[in-house]
Amino acid sequence: MHRPGLISIWFFIGILLLAYGVLITGAGLYGLVSPPARPVVFGQLHAGIWWGALLLVLGAVYTVRFSPRRQK
Amino acid sequence: MSNYLIALSLGDAAPPSRLLALAPVDMAIIAIYFAMVLGIGFYLKRYTKTGNDFFLAGREMTAWVAGLSFLAANLGALELMGWAAAAYQYGILATHWYWIGAIPAMLFLGIVMMPFYYISKTHSVPGYLKLRYGESSRALSAVTFGFMTVLMSGINMYSMALVMKVVLGWDINFSIWVSSITVAIYVGMGGLLSAIFNEVLQFVLIWLGALLISVIGLIETGGWGGMVARIHANFPGGDYTHLWRTMGSFTDNPMGIHWTGIVLGLGWVISFGYWTTDFLVVQRVLAAKDLRSAKMAPIIGAGFKMMVPFIVILPGLLGLAVLHPKLVGEAQAVATGGHSYNEVLPLMLARYCGPGLLGLGITALIAGFMSGMAGNVSAFATVWTYDIYKALVRKDATDAHYVKMGRWCTILGVLVSIGTAYLVMQFLSIMDYVQALFSFFIAPLFGTVLLGMLWKRCSPAGGFWGLLAGTLSSIGMWAWVKLDPAALKYIALSPNARDMAENMYRALWSWIVCVVVTVVVSLLTKPKPESELTGLVYGCTEVPGEGHLPVYQRPVFWAVIVGVCFVVLNVVFW
Repeated sequence: MHRPGLISIWFFIGILLLAYGVLITGAGLYGLVSPPARPVVFGQLHAGIWWGALLLVLGAVYTVRFSPRRQK
Repeated sequence: MSNYLIALSLGDAAPPSRLLALAPVDMAIIAIYFAMVLGIGFYLKRYTKTGNDFFLAGREMTAWVAGLSFLAANLGALELMGWAAAAYQYGILATHWYWIGAIPAMLFLGIVMMPFYYISKTHSVPGYLKLRYGESSRALSAVTFGFMTVLMSGINMYSMALVMKVVLGWDINFSIWVSSITVAIYVGMGGLLSAIFNEVLQFVLIWLGALLISVIGLIETGGWGGMVARIHANFPGGDYTHLWRTMGSFTDNPMGIHWTGIVLGLGWVISFGYWTTDFLVVQRVLAAKDLRSAKMAPIIGAGFKMMVPFIVILPGLLGLAVLHPKLVGEAQAVATGGHSYNEVLPLMLARYCGPGLLGLGITALIAGFMSGMAGNVSAFATVWTYDIYKALVRKDATDAHYVKMGRWCTILGVLVSIGTAYLVMQFLSIMDYVQALFSFFIAPLFGTVLLGMLWKRCSPAGGFWGLLAGTLSSIGMWAWVKLDPAALKYIALSPNARDMAENMYRALWSWIVCVVVTVVVSLLTKPKPESELTGLVYGCTEVPGEGHLPVYQRPVFWAVIVGVCFVVLNVVFW
């Protein structure tokens, strides 16, 4: 996309992943301090924390890399 | 996957229950997704002023965006849940629909067919038929495509609502109206540009939401070898992990398919017909910014398509390895109160995903449904506006008028789809006919487009009569088997053939009828002069060379890489 002023799709994806990363990491950390009554299989892996962190990092990279300010 | 939906509906007869319960954080994740897709639609409205913007996204898409959108338009949640269920039922055989049933066709589209679609500057596949053969071929193709697309969109909508009811206990009407109004708003405002933006977003979500099941599943089973060992222990005597070894006979594999049906029916006619002539997917590639990007887009799509079994088939296989008690057919599940194999993906989601991750997984399913629905609606709006309304009703209106028509048509398409969804709800047998639609319309269309692009002697009359004969012969064969089931041994070459095999062979015969009639009529009638075939046909079109590009930037180089990976994967999982 080369249209002047048009925000890149990757920026929107970055924002969404950033928000999801915060929520999922937060939910994972909450599960760490307050374990659920019915844990999921392999809950000891704490997938929410590292998968959420992955989304957080990916989201941050894409948000910064494709931010409208950098594109100008 | 009509059987999949019918089975889910049978499950509907069971006492109301739900497989999963969402936490507030899961609901927040779903709500943010809806806000984002609507926000993108509102934002892009200001960038869709002309017909080129609305119907072809300004032809400014990079190869990556066009390629991911090309794949996402096909990657609906029905795909995700249906093929995961098929993998539990049939094992790795379901992978054929992702590899031989897609990769060769996508590469062929990128390398051979895309130059003609792109250089002709057509806005649609029926539009190409108009340029190559004339108005009658376009009208026939546009009307059949419009009918098929709206029906598919309604079925997509109904299937999403049904899955949400079974999995989450949501009301069917709520799911239908919320999802369809959302799609109508963001496609109606931003047209194809908005649809493509959201499809790329949805593609990323589908991967991130579904990938974790495979990752944790492989950790639990100790890798591929551990998973295979567990499957053998759970299902002694069954072969669920080989692609080709059991294809020597109709009766040796649970799908009831012979390798000729897979290679010629699925790998040739159905796959090439769908990936190269179904405007739903081709439209995404036509939006590419230049010819090289248009050629690269299907190749990028093929690369990712090859990996989709990792998030669709593998969860089904992992289900075979780790789920106890075993999943059963829907009727048995209803009778015994157990779980059916149609629920394998949500069950695996519930097995590994806690709060937050569960919301991401469900969002991936919703994203898949909406990308499929938006793809149908945006393609329908284009074909209706350009190939039916402009061609047959009002030829000389302004560009702004056609954009307005496109926006209204999007809303109309959604409303008709909602009507179709309720129709399917009342008359579930409609689902039986959906798979047949592809063999009715897409298989013959592939013959018409292919001959039109590669054979300059092909005449306008040959193109039209070939397409009509192919379509009518397919409908005729379908009706013959419906009236006399014994006819299956003639159509599918075996009385043991199942529905899938019948569809494949019917598609193959209708394609052959189309090609034969097209060739014979063309030889008996006057072809178009070569001067009118420039940009449309091989031998009359100068395709820009790529010799000046470094090897790694040439589409054919990447097509060879993807092709080699495809062969290696088939050999590894033979």
